[in-house]
Amino acid sequence: MNGNDFTFVLDGENIRFEPGQTIMEAASQAGAYIPHLCYHPEYRPRGSCKLCTVKINGHFGTACTLPVQPGMQVENDTDELNLMRRRVVQMLFIEGNHYCPFCEKSGNCQLQALAYHVGMQDSHFPHFFSLRQIDASHPEMLLDRDRCIQCELCVRASRETDKKSIFGLAGRSTSTNLVINSESGLLGDTDFSIHDFAAHICPTGALIPKREGYPIPIGERLYDHQDISAVGHLHPNAAQRGESK
Amino acid sequence: MSKIRVATCSLAGCFGCHMSFLDLDERIADLVELIEFDRSPLTDIKIVDAAGVDIGLIEGGVCNAENVHTLREFRSRCRILVAVGACALTGGVPALRNRIPLQECFAEAYLQGAGIEAPQVPNDPELPLLLDRVYPLHEVVRIDHVLPGCPPPADAFWELLTALLAGREPDLDYALRRFD
Repeated sequence: MNGNDFTFVLDGENIRFEPGQTIMEAASQAGAYIPHLCYHPEYRPRGSCKLCTVKINGHFGTACTLPVQPGMQVENDTDELNLMRRRVVQMLFIEGNHYCPFCEKSGNCQLQALAYHVGMQDSHFPHFFSLRQIDASHPEMLLDRDRCIQCELCVRASRETDKKSIFGLAGRSTSTNLVINSESGLLGDTDFSIHDFAAHICPTGALIPKREGYPIPIGERLYDHQDISAVGHLHPNAAQRGESK
Repeated sequence: MSKIRVATCSLAGCFGCHMSFLDLDERIADLVELIEFDRSPLTDIKIVDAAGVDIGLIEGGVCNAENVHTLREFRSRCRILVAVGACALTGGVPALRNRIPLQECFAEAYLQGAGIEAPQVPNDPELPLLLDRVYPLHEVVRIDHVLPGCPPPADAFWELLTALLAGREPDLDYALRRFD
């Protein structure tokens, strides 16, 4: 097999890939943006948020989990897929309690940025107004489950990078819930630290540092002027160092 | 040519969206060449003319029986109904009470709160009954267009109204469709 065989087609463009790469990895390497929330390049993909759903040879699949095959025809930025993604984001909004006007993460939130990206303007569906527990027991970090989208990024970061396994998901369907690995079930009774990787990986405002409030003025936040496809997202290392990008 | 008739209304909101609308400043002078206000806090007309209006802008969520009545009447008399702002679209800040049972809200406000004398839950027939929750408008009536934001920027009102007056679909660019 020569090198020319390692290409696939993404939205009509020929893209080279390395054997073993997923569609997401190959697209990212080529500078093409596929919307995602639960995917992070440093962790094993989970394929749960469904935002990276693409059409592969006419069939739907998640770009973060599927390996590229030579000659694959992949559709990504199409009206059909973007409308489906808009509905997915709207479902994420109505399942939780996402109040952007007073959320500290607003302007830097990937869920909100994805909503802007897919052209969401309203929530379309009836709201669940789910009752979820807020955990303010930790001295440095707040866990606001109202804003949790159950992407498991904190679960994976805590287990794989921090080697602490503090977070997990329990329950099924709409009862799925972020749980804490301590006898009391409270974050304050774990060895979780604000310096953990997991403390800075949440794509929404579910896990946020206390006593920061609104450190970046409106107009200077990550997604105030630019789409998430152009600026990407905060890297946890940068967030740990307190950098805005 | 007769002017386009516009009505505006606020339910469970803070009138911030109306204030943002007024941020159109001198462009309001251009606008009143083209539109005429019917029911609105700006005109102090309380009920939309029975003949109806072309465009209705409504801010705030639905928190009580009077809101439901007002919204349904407003809907029936507006050819195009626009849900304006976070409270109209999601319930917004007033919907924070949705996680607290209504009895507990009443108890805190009227029975056990600090500084209350002669505690009793008000029960005058003139007072609208509270709903169990604060609802977004689209859960009660059909909505034709939306303006997101808390509040939506004045330029978003301008784009919406000039588009509807020109008979085209409003097209809010990135800066005009923020959620905060």
